[in-house]
Amino acid sequence: MPIEQALNGATVISWMREIESSVRAQRDYLTQLDSAIGDGDHGTNVTRGFASVVEALNGEKDAPPGRLLILAGRTLVSTVGGASGPLWGSALRSGGRVLGDSPTFDGQQLVEVLAAALASIKELGAAAPGDKTMVDALEPAVDKLRGEVAAGAQPAAALASAAAAAEAGMEATVPLQARKGRASYLGERSIGHQDPGATSTALILRALERAVAASS
Amino acid sequence: MAETKMRKFMNDPANVVKESLAGLAAAHPNLLRYDSAAQIVVRKDAPKQGKVALISGGGSGHEPLHGGFVGLGMLDAACPGEVFTSPVPDQMLAATKAVDGGAGVVHIVKNYTGDVMNFKMAAEDAADDGIKVSAIVIDDDVAVQDSLYTAGRRGVGATVLAEKIAGAAAESGADLTTVSDTVKRVNERARSFGVALSSCIPPAAGKPIFDLPEGEIELGIGIHGEPGRRRAQLGSAAEVVDVMVEAVMSDLKPSRGSQVLAFVNGMGGTPLIELYLLYAEVDRKLRAAGVEPVRNLIGDYITSLEMAGASLTVLHLDDDLLRLWDAPVHTPGLRWGA
Repeated sequence: MPIEQALNGATVISWMREIESSVRAQRDYLTQLDSAIGDGDHGTNVTRGFASVVEALNGEKDAPPGRLLILAGRTLVSTVGGASGPLWGSALRSGGRVLGDSPTFDGQQLVEVLAAALASIKELGAAAPGDKTMVDALEPAVDKLRGEVAAGAQPAAALASAAAAAEAGMEATVPLQARKGRASYLGERSIGHQDPGATSTALILRALERAVAASS
Repeated sequence: MAETKMRKFMNDPANVVKESLAGLAAAHPNLLRYDSAAQIVVRKDAPKQGKVALISGGGSGHEPLHGGFVGLGMLDAACPGEVFTSPVPDQMLAATKAVDGGAGVVHIVKNYTGDVMNFKMAAEDAADDGIKVSAIVIDDDVAVQDSLYTAGRRGVGATVLAEKIAGAAAESGADLTTVSDTVKRVNERARSFGVALSSCIPPAAGKPIFDLPEGEIELGIGIHGEPGRRRAQLGSAAEVVDVMVEAVMSDLKPSRGSQVLAFVNGMGGTPLIELYLLYAEVDRKLRAAGVEPVRNLIGDYITSLEMAGASLTVLHLDDDLLRLWDAPVHTPGLRWGA
Protein backbone atom coordinates (compact mmCIF):
# COMPACT_ATOMS: atom_id res chain seq x y z
CA MET A 1 0.00 0.00 0.00
CA PRO A 2 1.70 3.20 -1.14
CA ILE A 3 1.76 6.10 1.29
CA GLU A 4 -0.52 8.94 0.21
CA GLN A 5 1.63 11.84 -0.90
CA ALA A 6 1.28 15.06 1.08
CA LEU A 7 0.34 18.11 -0.90
CA ASN A 8 1.01 21.51 0.60
CA GLY A 9 1.64 25.20 0.00
CA ALA A 10 4.65 24.44 -2.17
CA THR A 11 2.37 22.39 -4.44
CA VAL A 12 0.08 25.40 -4.90
CA ILE A 13 3.00 27.71 -5.67
CA SER A 14 4.39 25.20 -8.12
CA TRP A 15 0.92 24.85 -9.74
CA MET A 16 0.71 28.62 -10.29
CA ARG A 17 4.24 28.69 -11.77
CA GLU A 18 3.39 25.81 -14.09
CA ILE A 19 0.25 27.63 -15.22
CA GLU A 20 2.17 30.84 -15.81
CA SER A 21 4.82 29.22 -17.99
CA SER A 22 2.22 27.20 -19.84
CA VAL A 23 -0.14 30.09 -20.71
CA ARG A 24 2.83 32.27 -21.58
CA ALA A 25 4.08 29.61 -24.00
CA GLN A 26 0.57 29.25 -25.47
CA ARG A 27 -0.26 32.94 -25.35
CA ASP A 28 -0.46 33.50 -29.10
CA TYR A 29 -2.42 30.28 -29.61
CA LEU A 30 -5.00 31.30 -26.99
CA THR A 31 -5.26 34.76 -28.53
CA GLN A 32 -5.68 33.23 -31.97
CA LEU A 33 -8.53 31.01 -30.73
CA ASP A 34 -10.11 34.04 -29.07
CA SER A 35 -9.78 36.15 -32.21
CA ALA A 36 -11.89 33.63 -34.11
CA ILE A 37 -14.89 33.81 -31.79
CA GLY A 38 -14.15 36.46 -29.20
CA ASP A 39 -12.12 39.62 -29.08
CA GLY A 40 -8.57 38.38 -29.18
CA ASP A 41 -7.39 39.12 -25.67
CA HIS A 42 -7.54 35.80 -23.81
CA GLY A 43 -3.85 34.89 -24.13
CA THR A 44 -2.73 38.35 -23.06
CA ASN A 45 -5.13 38.46 -20.12
CA VAL A 46 -4.40 35.09 -18.55
CA THR A 47 -0.66 35.58 -19.06
CA ARG A 48 -0.81 38.95 -17.28
CA GLY A 49 -2.96 37.46 -14.51
CA PHE A 50 -0.88 34.42 -13.69
CA ALA A 51 2.35 36.42 -13.87
CA SER A 52 0.85 38.63 -11.14
CA VAL A 53 -0.17 35.54 -9.17
CA VAL A 54 3.36 34.12 -9.25
CA GLU A 55 4.69 37.47 -8.07
CA ALA A 56 2.08 37.71 -5.28
CA LEU A 57 2.89 34.21 -4.04
CA ASN A 58 6.62 34.86 -3.93
CA GLY A 59 7.74 34.97 -0.35
CA GLU A 60 4.54 33.30 0.89
CA LYS A 61 6.14 29.86 1.06
CA ASP A 62 5.06 29.16 4.63
CA ALA A 63 1.41 30.08 4.16
CA PRO A 64 -1.12 27.22 4.19
CA PRO A 65 -2.25 26.05 0.73
CA GLY A 66 -5.82 27.26 1.21
CA ARG A 67 -4.59 30.78 1.98
CA LEU A 68 -2.35 30.70 -1.11
CA LEU A 69 -5.27 29.72 -3.33
CA ILE A 70 -7.36 32.56 -1.92
CA LEU A 71 -4.51 35.02 -2.51
CA ALA A 72 -4.07 33.70 -6.04
CA GLY A 73 -7.79 34.11 -6.70
CA ARG A 74 -7.87 37.61 -5.31
CA THR A 75 -4.89 38.54 -7.46
CA LEU A 76 -6.60 37.26 -10.60
CA VAL A 77 -9.76 39.26 -9.83
CA SER A 78 -7.64 42.40 -9.33
CA THR A 79 -5.42 42.07 -12.38
CA VAL A 80 -7.12 40.21 -15.22
CA GLY A 81 -10.46 41.88 -15.90
CA GLY A 82 -12.63 40.49 -18.66
CA ALA A 83 -14.60 37.38 -17.76
CA SER A 84 -11.70 35.03 -17.07
CA GLY A 85 -10.42 37.16 -14.16
CA PRO A 86 -13.59 36.98 -12.04
CA LEU A 87 -14.28 33.37 -13.09
CA TRP A 88 -10.88 31.84 -12.28
CA GLY A 89 -10.46 34.31 -9.41
CA SER A 90 -13.59 33.22 -7.60
CA ALA A 91 -12.88 29.59 -8.53
CA LEU A 92 -9.51 29.63 -6.76
CA ARG A 93 -10.94 31.53 -3.79
CA SER A 94 -13.75 29.00 -3.39
CA GLY A 95 -11.25 26.17 -3.72
CA GLY A 96 -8.97 27.75 -1.13
CA ARG A 97 -11.80 28.16 1.37
CA VAL A 98 -12.35 24.39 1.27
CA LEU A 99 -8.87 23.87 2.73
CA GLY A 100 -9.13 26.44 5.51
CA ASP A 101 -5.82 26.70 7.37
CA SER A 102 -4.84 23.06 6.94
CA PRO A 103 -1.07 22.79 6.24
CA THR A 104 -1.49 19.86 3.85
CA PHE A 105 -4.17 18.28 1.71
CA ASP A 106 -4.74 14.87 0.17
CA GLY A 107 -6.34 13.55 -3.02
CA GLN A 108 -9.85 13.65 -1.63
CA GLN A 109 -9.44 17.26 -0.53
CA LEU A 110 -8.09 18.09 -3.97
CA VAL A 111 -11.31 16.72 -5.45
CA GLU A 112 -13.26 19.00 -3.11
CA VAL A 113 -11.11 22.02 -4.04
CA LEU A 114 -11.74 21.53 -7.76
CA ALA A 115 -15.42 20.75 -7.23
CA ALA A 116 -15.82 24.03 -5.32
CA ALA A 117 -13.96 25.86 -8.10
CA LEU A 118 -16.30 24.34 -10.70
CA ALA A 119 -19.40 25.22 -8.69
CA SER A 120 -18.21 28.79 -8.36
CA ILE A 121 -17.59 29.14 -12.11
CA LYS A 122 -20.97 27.65 -12.97
CA GLU A 123 -22.72 29.96 -10.56
CA LEU A 124 -20.96 33.20 -11.54
CA GLY A 125 -21.01 32.47 -15.26
CA ALA A 126 -24.47 30.86 -15.22
CA ALA A 127 -22.98 28.33 -17.61
CA ALA A 128 -23.94 24.70 -18.09
CA PRO A 129 -22.10 21.90 -19.89
CA GLY A 130 -22.51 22.29 -23.65
CA ASP A 131 -22.52 26.10 -23.59
CA LYS A 132 -19.00 26.11 -25.11
CA THR A 133 -17.19 27.51 -22.08
CA MET A 134 -14.49 26.51 -19.59
CA VAL A 135 -17.13 24.38 -17.85
CA ASP A 136 -16.89 21.94 -20.78
CA ALA A 137 -13.27 21.22 -19.85
CA LEU A 138 -13.47 21.56 -16.08
CA GLU A 139 -16.56 19.49 -15.34
CA PRO A 140 -15.35 16.25 -17.00
CA ALA A 141 -11.97 16.74 -15.32
CA VAL A 142 -13.54 17.05 -11.87
CA ASP A 143 -15.76 14.00 -12.51
CA LYS A 144 -12.77 11.95 -13.66
CA LEU A 145 -10.63 13.05 -10.73
CA ARG A 146 -13.38 12.17 -8.25
CA GLY A 147 -13.83 8.71 -9.76
CA GLU A 148 -10.12 7.91 -9.88
CA VAL A 149 -9.45 9.09 -6.32
CA ALA A 150 -12.46 7.11 -5.06
CA ALA A 151 -10.99 4.06 -6.80
CA GLY A 152 -7.76 4.54 -4.85
CA ALA A 153 -5.54 6.25 -7.44
CA GLN A 154 -2.67 8.45 -6.29
CA PRO A 155 -3.31 12.18 -6.90
CA ALA A 156 -0.72 12.50 -9.70
CA ALA A 157 -2.11 9.53 -11.61
CA ALA A 158 -5.69 10.66 -11.07
CA LEU A 159 -4.77 14.13 -12.31
CA ALA A 160 -3.22 12.69 -15.47
CA SER A 161 -6.61 11.15 -16.29
CA ALA A 162 -8.43 14.32 -15.24
CA ALA A 163 -6.24 16.49 -17.48
CA ALA A 164 -6.90 14.12 -20.39
CA ALA A 165 -10.63 14.44 -19.69
CA ALA A 166 -10.27 18.24 -19.73
CA GLU A 167 -8.52 18.04 -23.09
CA ALA A 168 -11.23 15.79 -24.51
CA GLY A 169 -13.84 18.25 -23.21
CA MET A 170 -11.89 21.12 -24.76
CA GLU A 171 -11.80 19.38 -28.15
CA ALA A 172 -15.49 18.61 -27.87
CA THR A 173 -16.25 22.36 -27.78
CA VAL A 174 -15.34 22.66 -31.49
CA PRO A 175 -18.73 21.63 -32.93
CA LEU A 176 -20.75 23.44 -30.25
CA GLN A 177 -22.62 26.70 -30.72
CA ALA A 178 -21.66 29.15 -27.96
CA ARG A 179 -24.42 30.14 -25.56
CA LYS A 180 -22.42 32.20 -23.10
CA GLY A 181 -19.83 34.95 -23.31
CA ARG A 182 -18.79 36.95 -26.33
CA ALA A 183 -18.71 33.96 -28.66
CA SER A 184 -22.49 33.65 -28.25
CA TYR A 185 -22.94 36.87 -30.26
CA LEU A 186 -21.75 34.96 -33.32
CA GLY A 187 -24.58 32.46 -33.16
CA GLU A 188 -23.95 29.66 -35.63
CA ARG A 189 -20.67 31.25 -36.71
CA SER A 190 -19.18 30.10 -33.39
CA ILE A 191 -19.50 26.48 -34.55
CA GLY A 192 -16.24 24.90 -35.73
CA HIS A 193 -13.96 26.80 -33.35
CA GLN A 194 -12.38 25.54 -30.13
CA ASP A 195 -13.33 27.55 -27.06
CA PRO A 196 -10.35 29.56 -25.72
CA GLY A 197 -11.59 29.37 -22.10
CA ALA A 198 -11.88 25.58 -22.29
CA THR A 199 -8.38 25.53 -23.79
CA SER A 200 -6.76 27.53 -20.99
CA THR A 201 -8.68 25.40 -18.49
CA ALA A 202 -7.11 22.26 -19.96
CA LEU A 203 -3.68 23.92 -19.64
CA ILE A 204 -4.45 24.71 -15.99
CA LEU A 205 -5.31 21.04 -15.31
CA ARG A 206 -2.12 19.81 -17.01
CA ALA A 207 -0.14 22.31 -14.94
CA LEU A 208 -1.73 20.90 -11.77
CA GLU A 209 -0.76 17.39 -12.81
CA ARG A 210 2.88 18.46 -13.25
CA ALA A 211 2.93 20.32 -9.93
CA VAL A 212 1.50 17.37 -8.03
CA ALA A 213 3.77 14.84 -9.76
CA ALA A 214 6.77 16.97 -8.78
CA SER A 215 5.56 17.05 -5.15
CA SER A 216 5.65 13.28 -4.82
CA MET B 1 -5.80 41.93 -49.85
CA ALA B 2 -6.55 43.20 -46.38
CA GLU B 3 -4.01 45.27 -44.49
CA THR B 4 -2.56 43.08 -41.78
CA LYS B 5 0.41 45.14 -40.60
CA MET B 6 0.09 47.11 -37.39
CA ARG B 7 0.83 50.81 -37.83
CA LYS B 8 0.11 52.65 -34.63
CA PHE B 9 1.50 55.62 -32.75
CA MET B 10 2.74 54.06 -29.54
CA ASN B 11 5.78 53.65 -27.34
CA ASP B 12 5.05 50.22 -25.90
CA PRO B 13 1.94 48.13 -26.59
CA ALA B 14 1.65 47.42 -22.86
CA ASN B 15 1.38 51.14 -22.01
CA VAL B 16 -1.05 52.38 -24.66
CA VAL B 17 -3.99 52.78 -22.27
CA LYS B 18 -2.07 54.50 -19.47
CA GLU B 19 -0.21 56.85 -21.80
CA SER B 20 -3.41 57.81 -23.62
CA LEU B 21 -5.16 58.57 -20.31
CA ALA B 22 -2.21 60.72 -19.28
CA GLY B 23 -2.77 62.67 -22.49
CA LEU B 24 -6.49 63.04 -21.77
CA ALA B 25 -5.70 64.47 -18.34
CA ALA B 26 -3.00 66.79 -19.72
CA ALA B 27 -5.46 68.11 -22.31
CA HIS B 28 -8.40 68.67 -19.97
CA PRO B 29 -7.13 69.61 -16.50
CA ASN B 30 -10.14 71.90 -16.06
CA LEU B 31 -12.54 68.95 -16.40
CA LEU B 32 -10.93 65.84 -14.96
CA ARG B 33 -7.96 64.17 -13.36
CA TYR B 34 -6.36 60.80 -13.99
CA ASP B 35 -5.51 58.68 -10.97
CA SER B 36 -2.90 56.38 -12.47
CA ALA B 37 -2.51 54.28 -9.31
CA ALA B 38 -6.21 53.40 -9.21
CA GLN B 39 -6.45 53.54 -13.03
CA ILE B 40 -9.53 55.77 -13.03
CA VAL B 41 -10.54 59.10 -14.60
CA VAL B 42 -12.37 61.35 -12.12
CA ARG B 43 -14.29 64.57 -12.60
CA LYS B 44 -12.20 67.44 -11.27
CA ASP B 45 -14.77 68.69 -8.74
CA ALA B 46 -15.79 65.21 -7.48
CA PRO B 47 -17.20 64.33 -5.06
CA LYS B 48 -20.06 66.81 -5.26
CA GLN B 49 -21.95 66.68 -1.97
CA GLY B 50 -25.59 65.76 -2.41
CA LYS B 51 -25.31 64.97 -6.14
CA VAL B 52 -25.94 61.46 -7.43
CA ALA B 53 -22.72 60.33 -9.11
CA LEU B 54 -22.48 58.35 -12.33
CA ILE B 55 -19.65 56.04 -13.20
CA SER B 56 -19.10 53.78 -16.14
CA GLY B 57 -16.27 51.75 -17.47
CA GLY B 58 -15.27 48.99 -19.77
CA GLY B 59 -12.46 47.94 -22.01
CA SER B 60 -10.45 50.67 -23.69
CA GLY B 61 -10.40 51.14 -27.46
CA HIS B 62 -13.84 52.80 -27.60
CA GLU B 63 -12.63 56.40 -27.15
CA PRO B 64 -14.00 58.91 -26.40
CA LEU B 65 -16.15 56.46 -24.37
CA HIS B 66 -15.85 56.46 -21.33
CA GLY B 67 -13.02 58.73 -20.11
CA GLY B 68 -13.91 61.39 -22.68
CA PHE B 69 -17.38 61.68 -21.19
CA VAL B 70 -16.23 62.65 -17.71
CA GLY B 71 -17.21 66.20 -16.81
CA LEU B 72 -20.14 68.53 -16.28
CA GLY B 73 -23.51 66.94 -17.00
CA MET B 74 -22.23 63.48 -17.82
CA LEU B 75 -19.98 61.01 -15.93
CA ASP B 76 -18.29 61.61 -12.57
CA ALA B 77 -15.73 58.87 -13.18
CA ALA B 78 -14.67 56.31 -15.74
CA CYS B 79 -12.84 53.00 -15.24
CA PRO B 80 -10.85 52.07 -18.33
CA GLY B 81 -9.73 48.46 -18.67
CA GLU B 82 -7.07 47.16 -21.02
CA VAL B 83 -8.03 47.33 -24.70
CA PHE B 84 -11.33 45.44 -25.13
CA THR B 85 -11.00 43.96 -21.63
CA SER B 86 -13.30 44.78 -18.74
CA PRO B 87 -11.68 46.73 -15.92
CA VAL B 88 -11.26 45.03 -12.55
CA PRO B 89 -13.51 45.50 -9.47
CA ASP B 90 -10.76 47.45 -7.65
CA GLN B 91 -11.10 50.23 -10.24
CA MET B 92 -14.89 50.47 -9.94
CA LEU B 93 -14.64 50.46 -6.16
CA ALA B 94 -12.00 53.21 -6.15
CA ALA B 95 -14.10 55.26 -8.60
CA THR B 96 -17.25 54.75 -6.56
CA LYS B 97 -15.52 55.96 -3.40
CA ALA B 98 -13.91 58.91 -5.20
CA VAL B 99 -17.23 60.29 -6.50
CA ASP B 100 -19.76 59.40 -3.80
CA GLY B 101 -21.23 62.63 -2.48
CA GLY B 102 -23.61 60.87 -0.13
CA ALA B 103 -26.51 60.66 -2.59
CA GLY B 104 -25.53 57.33 -4.10
CA VAL B 105 -23.69 56.16 -7.20
CA VAL B 106 -25.12 54.82 -10.46
CA HIS B 107 -23.03 52.24 -12.32
CA ILE B 108 -23.73 52.24 -16.06
CA VAL B 109 -22.69 48.79 -17.25
CA LYS B 110 -22.55 47.64 -20.86
CA ASN B 111 -23.88 44.11 -21.18
CA TYR B 112 -20.77 42.00 -21.62
CA THR B 113 -20.10 38.96 -19.46
CA GLY B 114 -16.88 40.37 -18.02
CA ASP B 115 -18.17 43.89 -17.41
CA VAL B 116 -21.27 42.61 -15.65
CA MET B 117 -19.26 40.25 -13.38
CA ASN B 118 -16.61 42.80 -12.45
CA PHE B 119 -19.14 45.57 -11.76
CA LYS B 120 -21.21 43.15 -9.67
CA MET B 121 -18.20 42.34 -7.48
CA ALA B 122 -17.42 46.07 -7.10
CA ALA B 123 -21.03 46.92 -6.19
CA GLU B 124 -20.96 44.27 -3.45
CA ASP B 125 -17.72 45.74 -2.07
CA ALA B 126 -19.15 49.28 -2.21
CA ALA B 127 -22.28 48.15 -0.35
CA ASP B 128 -20.00 46.68 2.33
CA ASP B 129 -18.49 50.16 2.66
CA GLY B 130 -21.94 51.69 3.10
CA ILE B 131 -22.23 53.32 -0.33
CA LYS B 132 -25.58 53.09 -2.12
CA VAL B 133 -24.98 51.74 -5.62
CA SER B 134 -27.53 51.21 -8.34
CA ALA B 135 -26.21 49.27 -11.35
CA ILE B 136 -28.03 49.50 -14.68
CA VAL B 137 -27.09 47.26 -17.59
CA ILE B 138 -27.29 48.69 -21.11
CA ASP B 139 -28.29 46.19 -23.82
CA ASP B 140 -29.47 47.96 -26.96
CA ASP B 141 -27.86 45.97 -29.78
CA VAL B 142 -30.58 44.33 -31.86
CA ALA B 143 -28.03 42.28 -33.82
CA VAL B 144 -27.92 39.87 -30.88
CA GLN B 145 -31.05 37.94 -30.01
CA ASP B 146 -31.88 38.23 -26.35
CA SER B 147 -32.40 34.58 -25.55
CA LEU B 148 -31.25 31.74 -23.38
CA TYR B 149 -28.77 30.90 -26.11
CA THR B 150 -26.69 34.07 -25.95
CA ALA B 151 -25.17 36.32 -23.30
CA GLY B 152 -27.99 38.73 -24.21
CA ARG B 153 -27.90 41.90 -26.25
CA ARG B 154 -24.69 43.90 -26.15
CA GLY B 155 -24.50 47.42 -24.79
CA VAL B 156 -23.44 49.79 -27.58
CA GLY B 157 -24.57 53.26 -28.76
CA ALA B 158 -27.30 53.74 -26.16
CA THR B 159 -24.53 53.89 -23.55
CA VAL B 160 -23.42 57.32 -24.84
CA LEU B 161 -27.01 58.62 -24.81
CA ALA B 162 -27.68 57.20 -21.33
CA GLU B 163 -24.52 58.79 -19.93
CA LYS B 164 -25.49 62.19 -21.37
CA ILE B 165 -29.16 62.09 -20.41
CA ALA B 166 -28.82 60.57 -16.94
CA GLY B 167 -25.81 62.83 -16.33
CA ALA B 168 -28.06 65.82 -16.95
CA ALA B 169 -30.66 64.41 -14.57
CA ALA B 170 -28.04 63.99 -11.85
CA GLU B 171 -26.69 67.49 -12.48
CA SER B 172 -30.20 68.92 -11.98
CA GLY B 173 -30.40 67.35 -8.53
CA ALA B 174 -32.46 64.21 -9.25
CA ASP B 175 -32.24 61.46 -6.63
CA LEU B 176 -30.69 58.00 -7.03
CA THR B 177 -33.94 56.30 -8.03
CA THR B 178 -34.76 58.95 -10.62
CA VAL B 179 -31.27 58.90 -12.15
CA SER B 180 -31.26 55.06 -12.34
CA ASP B 181 -34.75 55.10 -13.85
CA THR B 182 -33.54 57.60 -16.44
CA VAL B 183 -30.72 55.26 -17.47
CA LYS B 184 -33.24 52.41 -17.68
CA ARG B 185 -35.66 54.46 -19.72
CA VAL B 186 -32.99 55.43 -22.26
CA ASN B 187 -32.00 51.78 -22.56
CA GLU B 188 -35.60 50.64 -23.02
CA ARG B 189 -36.28 53.27 -25.66
CA ALA B 190 -33.07 52.89 -27.71
CA ARG B 191 -31.97 50.27 -30.24
CA SER B 192 -28.74 49.96 -32.22
CA PHE B 193 -27.23 48.05 -35.13
CA GLY B 194 -23.63 48.18 -36.39
CA VAL B 195 -21.80 47.30 -39.60
CA ALA B 196 -18.10 47.04 -40.43
CA LEU B 197 -15.96 47.39 -43.54
CA SER B 198 -12.77 46.29 -41.77
CA SER B 199 -11.58 44.74 -38.54
CA CYS B 200 -9.20 46.47 -36.17
CA ILE B 201 -5.86 45.64 -34.54
CA PRO B 202 -5.66 45.49 -30.73
CA PRO B 203 -2.16 46.80 -29.85
CA ALA B 204 -1.26 43.79 -27.70
CA ALA B 205 -2.32 41.30 -30.40
CA GLY B 206 -0.66 43.15 -33.28
CA LYS B 207 -2.95 41.49 -35.81
CA PRO B 208 -6.47 42.21 -37.06
CA ILE B 209 -9.20 40.23 -35.31
CA PHE B 210 -10.63 39.12 -38.64
CA ASP B 211 -10.02 39.58 -42.36
CA LEU B 212 -12.82 40.91 -44.49
CA PRO B 213 -12.42 40.16 -48.19
CA GLU B 214 -12.77 43.10 -50.55
CA GLY B 215 -16.34 43.91 -51.49
CA GLU B 216 -17.84 42.41 -48.35
CA ILE B 217 -19.42 43.84 -45.21
CA GLU B 218 -19.94 42.47 -41.72
CA LEU B 219 -23.50 43.02 -40.52
CA GLY B 220 -24.40 43.11 -36.84
CA ILE B 221 -20.99 43.86 -35.35
CA GLY B 222 -20.33 44.91 -31.77
CA ILE B 223 -17.61 47.28 -30.57
CA HIS B 224 -14.74 44.85 -30.01
CA GLY B 225 -13.55 44.28 -33.55
CA GLU B 226 -15.36 40.99 -33.52
CA PRO B 227 -17.05 39.65 -36.63
CA GLY B 228 -20.77 40.26 -36.98
CA ARG B 229 -23.78 38.01 -37.19
CA ARG B 230 -23.33 37.54 -40.91
CA ARG B 231 -21.23 38.60 -43.84
CA ALA B 232 -22.73 39.95 -47.06
CA GLN B 233 -21.76 41.60 -50.32
CA LEU B 234 -21.23 45.31 -49.75
CA GLY B 235 -24.06 47.21 -51.42
CA SER B 236 -24.65 50.96 -51.78
CA ALA B 237 -24.89 53.18 -48.71
CA ALA B 238 -28.65 53.33 -49.28
CA GLU B 239 -28.87 49.54 -49.16
CA VAL B 240 -26.70 49.32 -46.04
CA VAL B 241 -28.83 51.95 -44.27
CA ASP B 242 -31.96 50.04 -45.30
CA VAL B 243 -30.64 47.05 -43.33
CA MET B 244 -29.69 49.20 -40.32
CA VAL B 245 -32.94 51.16 -40.15
CA GLU B 246 -35.05 48.05 -40.67
CA ALA B 247 -33.19 46.17 -37.91
CA VAL B 248 -33.56 49.02 -35.44
CA MET B 249 -37.11 50.14 -36.25
CA SER B 250 -38.66 46.70 -36.46
CA ASP B 251 -37.50 46.12 -32.89
CA LEU B 252 -38.14 49.59 -31.44
CA LYS B 253 -41.57 49.99 -33.08
CA PRO B 254 -42.16 53.65 -32.21
CA SER B 255 -45.65 54.90 -32.97
CA ARG B 256 -46.11 57.09 -36.05
CA GLY B 257 -45.34 60.72 -35.37
CA SER B 258 -42.85 59.90 -32.59
CA GLN B 259 -39.88 62.15 -32.07
CA VAL B 260 -36.54 60.37 -32.14
CA LEU B 261 -32.86 61.05 -31.71
CA ALA B 262 -30.81 59.51 -34.54
CA PHE B 263 -27.22 58.70 -33.64
CA VAL B 264 -24.89 57.78 -36.50
CA ASN B 265 -21.70 56.63 -34.83
CA GLY B 266 -18.35 56.07 -36.52
CA MET B 267 -16.36 53.01 -35.44
CA GLY B 268 -13.03 54.88 -35.63
CA GLY B 269 -11.90 54.35 -39.22
CA THR B 270 -14.75 55.89 -41.20
CA PRO B 271 -14.47 59.59 -42.08
CA LEU B 272 -17.15 62.16 -41.32
CA ILE B 273 -17.90 62.59 -45.03
CA GLU B 274 -19.25 59.03 -45.07
CA LEU B 275 -21.03 59.36 -41.73
CA TYR B 276 -22.95 62.41 -43.00
CA LEU B 277 -23.73 60.57 -46.22
CA LEU B 278 -25.15 57.76 -44.08
CA TYR B 279 -27.08 60.31 -42.02
CA ALA B 280 -28.77 61.68 -45.15
CA GLU B 281 -30.10 58.18 -45.82
CA VAL B 282 -31.03 57.63 -42.17
CA ASP B 283 -32.91 60.93 -41.92
CA ARG B 284 -34.87 60.24 -45.11
CA LYS B 285 -35.73 56.65 -44.18
CA LEU B 286 -36.80 57.53 -40.63
CA ARG B 287 -39.13 60.22 -41.96
CA ALA B 288 -40.47 57.75 -44.50
CA ALA B 289 -41.08 55.33 -41.63
CA GLY B 290 -43.25 57.99 -39.95
CA VAL B 291 -40.94 59.26 -37.20
CA GLU B 292 -39.28 62.63 -36.87
CA PRO B 293 -35.55 62.83 -36.10
CA VAL B 294 -35.67 66.02 -34.02
CA ARG B 295 -32.16 65.54 -32.63
CA ASN B 296 -29.08 63.81 -33.95
CA LEU B 297 -25.53 62.99 -33.04
CA ILE B 298 -23.00 62.22 -35.78
CA GLY B 299 -19.37 61.30 -35.27
CA ASP B 300 -16.98 58.94 -33.48
CA TYR B 301 -18.34 58.48 -29.94
CA ILE B 302 -18.17 54.73 -29.20
CA THR B 303 -15.48 53.28 -31.38
CA SER B 304 -13.68 50.04 -32.01
CA LEU B 305 -10.09 51.29 -32.43
CA GLU B 306 -9.52 51.94 -36.15
CA MET B 307 -12.34 49.78 -37.44
CA ALA B 308 -14.05 51.14 -40.54
CA GLY B 309 -17.76 50.99 -39.96
CA ALA B 310 -20.73 52.68 -38.40
CA SER B 311 -23.61 52.02 -36.07
CA LEU B 312 -27.08 53.50 -35.94
CA THR B 313 -28.85 54.12 -32.65
CA VAL B 314 -32.41 55.40 -32.56
CA LEU B 315 -33.75 56.75 -29.27
CA HIS B 316 -37.50 57.23 -28.92
CA LEU B 317 -37.66 60.60 -27.17
CA ASP B 318 -40.22 62.05 -24.79
CA ASP B 319 -40.34 65.61 -23.40
CA ASP B 320 -38.26 64.69 -20.38
CA LEU B 321 -35.53 62.93 -22.36
CA LEU B 322 -35.45 65.76 -24.90
CA ARG B 323 -35.02 68.37 -22.18
CA LEU B 324 -32.22 66.37 -20.53
CA TRP B 325 -30.51 65.82 -23.89
CA ASP B 326 -30.51 69.58 -24.51
CA ALA B 327 -29.16 70.40 -21.03
CA PRO B 328 -25.61 71.76 -20.83
CA VAL B 329 -22.72 69.32 -21.06
CA HIS B 330 -18.99 69.92 -20.95
CA THR B 331 -16.72 66.90 -21.36
CA PRO B 332 -13.76 66.23 -23.65
CA GLY B 333 -15.98 64.29 -26.04
CA LEU B 334 -19.28 66.16 -25.92
CA ARG B 335 -19.93 69.82 -25.27
CA TRP B 336 -22.81 72.26 -25.66
CA GLY B 337 -24.52 74.94 -23.62
CA ALA B 338 -21.62 75.19 -21.16
